[in-house]
Amino acid sequence: MDTYVMTREEIVSYQLRTLYSRYGYSQYKMSKFEEYDLYVRNKNFLVSDNVITFTDHSGRLLALKPDVTLSIVKSGRDVPGKVSRIYYNENVYRTSPGSRDFREINQVGLECIGELDTYLLSEVLTLAAKSLKRAGRYISFFQSPDYVLELSHLDVVSCLLDSLTVNGEVKGELLRCIGEKNVHDMARICREAGVDTAHVEALAVLVTTDGTPDEVLPVLTRLSNTYENLREPISELSQTLSALPASVKEKIRIDFSLLSDMSYYNGIVFRGYIKGIPDSVLSGGRYDRLMRKMDRTSDAIGFAVYLDRLAGYYTAAPGEFYDAVLLYDDTTSPRKLSEWLAERVANGERAVAVRDVPGNWHSKEVIDMRGGRGNE
Amino acid sequence: MSDMLNIALPKGRLGEKVYAMFEKAGFECPSIRENNRKLIFENPEAGVRYFWVKPSDVAIYVERGAADIGVAGKDILLEYAPDVYELLDMQLGKCRMAVAAPVGFNDDDTRRRPLKVATKFENIARRYYASIGRDIDIIHLNGSIEIAPILGLSDVIVDIVETGTTLKENDLCVYEEILPISARLIANKANFKFKQQAIRKLTDSLQEQINTRTEVQA
Repeated sequence: MDTYVMTREEIVSYQLRTLYSRYGYSQYKMSKFEEYDLYVRNKNFLVSDNVITFTDHSGRLLALKPDVTLSIVKSGRDVPGKVSRIYYNENVYRTSPGSRDFREINQVGLECIGELDTYLLSEVLTLAAKSLKRAGRYISFFQSPDYVLELSHLDVVSCLLDSLTVNGEVKGELLRCIGEKNVHDMARICREAGVDTAHVEALAVLVTTDGTPDEVLPVLTRLSNTYENLREPISELSQTLSALPASVKEKIRIDFSLLSDMSYYNGIVFRGYIKGIPDSVLSGGRYDRLMRKMDRTSDAIGFAVYLDRLAGYYTAAPGEFYDAVLLYDDTTSPRKLSEWLAERVANGERAVAVRDVPGNWHSKEVIDMRGGRGNE
Repeated sequence: MSDMLNIALPKGRLGEKVYAMFEKAGFECPSIRENNRKLIFENPEAGVRYFWVKPSDVAIYVERGAADIGVAGKDILLEYAPDVYELLDMQLGKCRMAVAAPVGFNDDDTRRRPLKVATKFENIARRYYASIGRDIDIIHLNGSIEIAPILGLSDVIVDIVETGTTLKENDLCVYEEILPISARLIANKANFKFKQQAIRKLTDSLQEQINTRTEVQA
């Protein structure tokens, strides 16, 4: 393959698709449009609720896709005992957070839909970690930048909040504090809502405990001695972690400040970071609740890699690469030049004829036809 | 991105107090105390780089990752809601976000129409009045908010109140308190993952200093 004609973004997307395909995932291709109604009903599932809409000939309101997962869920069917492994590479259209301008975003991702077991959860986490590693190779700053897969289990957070018996408004405030790792405001809100200090301490432990599985799991086990309803999610988390290969497990950081909308997501959620990029570049999780909302009986987990967030951090391509460069001047026969070039290109090589070679060009072969050489 | 800890400090007295605390925590950078117009200072030995920025911009530097951590007022964090971690209440720069009105003002007299509110903090004002179900007309101003009610531009203002002297001099008084404000230590979520050790070392020491200070004050 002539990789020199590919941009860095194309290379990364190709590398990720190859990875998913090797693990048995098949590509899902979709149209650019979808009925707007799908997004109105699931507004909070979207990264941003701004959608580009237009009306078709029959008066239906359509939208340029702001998201891929909803379409995959909508178009799939539940077949008992069958697991569908799907990957996609699509452009989506939405505003980025903090901006009002629409952008076309190239997104690569995968979904694993069916009866999920421990192995399947660990497979998706492994592919997420491998995606970060592959994408990282093309990022500047470091030779092979460090990366981290941040992992949380939403049921741990929601079970602990349920033990507090506070109203929805206070719960919302507390969730915001958990997301900010904000222990000071959390303590104040709990005090004002009359929450027992023991519960406040437990919440503080959850918010401030982050690190490798070996650091965090013992803390969680201690918490579950008091809060029995945490045992099930903690056991699921720990089983999934123990199913991971060591090379993936060492990149996992458990952090309960990672939250996703609990009306769609449940169980394991995760986000990926590459050192040097000040934003998450991968985001995913288990979304059985979205499946139920859309009348699907299967469970589902998936993730997306935001290729747009990598842009601006790619290593610059180091100049131009050729198989052969031909140097010529006024004495060189133009007919000879074109014959020579045509032959090289027909052989599948990249070749060029120039009067001078720029410093950042690299060529396997340089043929000097100046001064009438090669005219006969 | 270097492995140095990049810290955005708010220009002014608050920033100087904050730096003194960071210095005590082992993140010293002596050149920052030199009296010059430089804005960036670094000390490779302590692995730290400081820069002075406009207080209202600290959150932007941190959210976008140009700074790993910074110190910003809770007013700015509430107004712009940046996607950052809020690690500590520094217990500095304490003041209140409040509704202020001309002495003798009573909202019962203006109930029949939307209340005219002049403020720099549009989002905070909107959220507050939405929470009490009052219809308002926001007038966004960038400074000298206190003169708006005097000139009849607005009924009330929503602004930060420290001592209340400015209000008093303009015949205004605090009508309702919205919430207490203080300076907070914030961190970029992505960079936090890779510089956690240094940030934890800093926050542990800062927390200790804050605890000692509160004990002394008590």
